[in-house]
Amino acid sequence: MNMTLLRTSEAFNMDKTVVSQLSKEKVYETSQLNLWYGEKHALKNIELDIHQNEVTAIIGPSGCGKSTYLKTLNRMVELTPDVRTSGEIKYRNRNILDKSYKVEELRTQVGMVFQKPNPFPKSIYENVAYGPKIHGIRNKKVLDEVVEKSLRGAAIWDEVKDRLHDNAYGLSGGQQQRLCIARCLAIEPDVILMDEPTSALDPISTLKVEELVQQLKEHYSIIIVTHNMQQAARISDRTAFFLNGEVIEYNNTNTIFSRPSDQRTEDYISGRFG
Amino acid sequence: MKLIDKTIVAKKMPIRLVRNTILKGLFFLATTFGLLVLGILLYRIFAQGIGYLDWDFFQNFASRRPEEAGIKAALIGSIWLMIVVAPVALLLGLGTAIYLEEYAKKNWFTSFIKLNISNLAGVPSIIFGLLGLTIFVRALALDRSVLAAGLTMSLLVLPVIIVAAQEAIRSVPRELREASYGMGATKWQTIVRVVLPAAIPGILTGSILALSRAVGETAPLVVVGIPMFIAFLPKNVFDTFTVLPMQIYNWTSRPQEEFQSVAAAGILVLLFLLIFMNSIAVFIRNKFQKRY
Repeated sequence: MNMTLLRTSEAFNMDKTVVSQLSKEKVYETSQLNLWYGEKHALKNIELDIHQNEVTAIIGPSGCGKSTYLKTLNRMVELTPDVRTSGEIKYRNRNILDKSYKVEELRTQVGMVFQKPNPFPKSIYENVAYGPKIHGIRNKKVLDEVVEKSLRGAAIWDEVKDRLHDNAYGLSGGQQQRLCIARCLAIEPDVILMDEPTSALDPISTLKVEELVQQLKEHYSIIIVTHNMQQAARISDRTAFFLNGEVIEYNNTNTIFSRPSDQRTEDYISGRFG
Repeated sequence: MKLIDKTIVAKKMPIRLVRNTILKGLFFLATTFGLLVLGILLYRIFAQGIGYLDWDFFQNFASRRPEEAGIKAALIGSIWLMIVVAPVALLLGLGTAIYLEEYAKKNWFTSFIKLNISNLAGVPSIIFGLLGLTIFVRALALDRSVLAAGLTMSLLVLPVIIVAAQEAIRSVPRELREASYGMGATKWQTIVRVVLPAAIPGILTGSILALSRAVGETAPLVVVGIPMFIAFLPKNVFDTFTVLPMQIYNWTSRPQEEFQSVAAAGILVLLFLLIFMNSIAVFIRNKFQKRY
């Protein structure tokens, strides 16, 4: 069904907006999600679907819950003490908030790239091989191939191929972040979560990471939290606007940025607050 | 209109600079004082003890005649003590620290336990001696053995090791743990592959300093009843033995003048042992740090 629709869309050369309105397969389906940090109600009745092979941007002012939502998608939020949730998040039709869903299992499918580049104090090779190794891959040849493929995938292979066994801390900030993306690709995930991945980078490194995200969406579904609205507009297919723990508006990126339906969205993207 | 009167600034300037210079001098003197005392101590001991420090000194057992007195039993005894204390204290201490920092829920009970472990680190060593006497020597009937003394010493240094390891573990950045968890690593994999390698220099430094304390400590062993005069070597952990500080204490309490010099030679041996242990700590620390 989906395939037919997609082929039709290509045949008629429809514009991007229409294509993404056609129902691509859903990776995540969030319904009635509520989350509390102690007494603080951080996420309120979130309804949000994430689609396959798209870049979904989450924007909103500081403290609006966008990072919290992202971290709920791989249950990283549980590392914070005193967190309660209700509602459900279905990943590939299975509720991940169910206690029987093991986080380790979820996180082999859902990789994460963090705000600050956080390579391990190990060699470049060891950083990328870390994921496969903890999942029990021991074969040296397989590991070598995974490392090369992942580093190529993160567009950093040419810069590091001659010094794979040097310490990752010797790389620049932008290179470190792409290494972290490579490390994430090495577990061959289905979804990649990115929590403001360029906020600590200079403009050129930011551009490289943005280009990379565009390439990666061919094979992965990407959800990116960003403070930078131009970035959201440049790289995402859909955008969700969060405010005070609620989803105010969720639509195609073009629509959100050209004719938002909610006044608060318009105020935010035109820089009137936040 | 300017709020700051520049003439006041100019007037205050010299006194600020003088005060800075005086304080720098005071802090320098404070540092020198410690070094000076150490220097005098070392000089005295060297001058007094170096004459007795020969091969025979290491070959002979304790004796009533100073010229025949040797340190063999005490030196070997101290090494035996280490063989018991090191694994027991390290395993228990590291295990406790990992549990408290990584696994335990952060609630008032955990804080209470942490606080009390820090308090234990400040309990006088003689109290640990009494504890060892009650539990290991009497209740478990281990008598005055290497094992009883070793376990007592382990209890003594355990809090120090736990606190040092906790601090080292806590100083590993949260981001590194998150990176590991984010790839589906279990807690244990994260601890073994990320947390411990980053924390090991701190853990080792703290632990070896704690073990040095165990080598130099006397009071708990006096309470446990370890003999001061012994002319044989322990064959296993259930034999009785003596250690360097006990032997030195014994020599200093002898009436003959010559035994003071024998004691000084013993102190030299103890000092070298401690310096050796600390340099192992430094060596391991540098080796691990180079890898990163």
